[in-house]
Amino acid sequence: MATPVEDPPLPHAPAGERSGVEPTFPVRIWRGSAGGAFQQFDVPRRASQTVLDVVTHVQRHLDPTLAYRYACRVGMCGSCAMSVNGKARWTCRTHVDAVATGATLEIAPLSNLPIVRDLVVDMAPFFDKWAAARGQFKPTATRHDEFAKVSPSSPARRAIDATIECIGCGVCYASCDVVGWKPDYLGPAALNRAWTLVNDVRDGEGVARLRAVAAEGGCQSCHTHQSCTRSCPKHLSPTASIAGLKRLVAQALVKGKL
Amino acid sequence: MTGAQPLEPLAQAGMRGARYAAWRFVLQRASAAVLALFVVVHLATIIYAVRHALSAQAIVARMHANVFWPAFYALFVVAVAVHAPLGLRAVADEWLGLRGRATDAALAVIALVLLGGGLYAVASLAG
Repeated sequence: MATPVEDPPLPHAPAGERSGVEPTFPVRIWRGSAGGAFQQFDVPRRASQTVLDVVTHVQRHLDPTLAYRYACRVGMCGSCAMSVNGKARWTCRTHVDAVATGATLEIAPLSNLPIVRDLVVDMAPFFDKWAAARGQFKPTATRHDEFAKVSPSSPARRAIDATIECIGCGVCYASCDVVGWKPDYLGPAALNRAWTLVNDVRDGEGVARLRAVAAEGGCQSCHTHQSCTRSCPKHLSPTASIAGLKRLVAQALVKGKL
Repeated sequence: MTGAQPLEPLAQAGMRGARYAAWRFVLQRASAAVLALFVVVHLATIIYAVRHALSAQAIVARMHANVFWPAFYALFVVAVAVHAPLGLRAVADEWLGLRGRATDAALAVIALVLLGGGLYAVASLAG
């Protein structure tokens, strides 16, 4: 950690801040690992403040031992996802105004993943499941072949348009009831990724991927609660992707190709 | 949690169980489709019987009278015997953490009891 840097005054900060008397509000932050507990901090209330601003303030000014994870701060990297007042969100794109309805903010690590410390979770199970769902592109062409010509208006490419923007933040995974109940369930993000590749005409994984997503803990385990779709910060619908996989798996089974 | 779960066994287990899992899913959905229709017909039949004050004897007599109702209820029983254990399997797994051969064996017994008891009742009514 570098030397703490003073936050520059915000241009739209309330009058109280400029006069040196900042209003504060209570923030409860998870400390420790699975057996930890919430610790309360009083954090200055500022205009246009994000939840990530709050966590950063706590680490820089109140307790430098607080562990959390972030990188881009602008909703591109997906690394700052946490549970805010019980719901998984990108903290960098969540204004305190929008979530602190009860005047209290409760910030916890993402659900359904092992806690490393404080607000940091171990994302390994999440990405292991991407791999288990055969989430890697398997090319069928070599560098010596012509570029594949894929019409942007083809149904398969349009299906990819609806899914490709996933950045792997884990918000859907943390919001999924089934992941909580059934730890080997691949989860919405991995299955969304598999559906993306199933629709890629250049991909050669074929039936091996379908088998991977059809097994125990695969797409059939989805209860269609749509928590993933409701929570996705990119407004994707993993539920629709999973429904597509269910359809394809059933068709392959009936045709004897699974 | 799955934190320490290595990747390959997860994928390999997936390869082995894919067809069974897919069959369970298809049978669950197919039996649900049958039940969605049959439960409505069953309820309509009950309402008809109540509104027309049919006695038990009258109902049994109608069951004897043609093959439709015994066939209908026999298929109903088969759909229930398929659907209920598969649903219970998910409940046992997700809510009780019960899975494996012992659980599947217990569910198979439930399926056989539902099938046997149901078909016995239908056969008795059909005379």
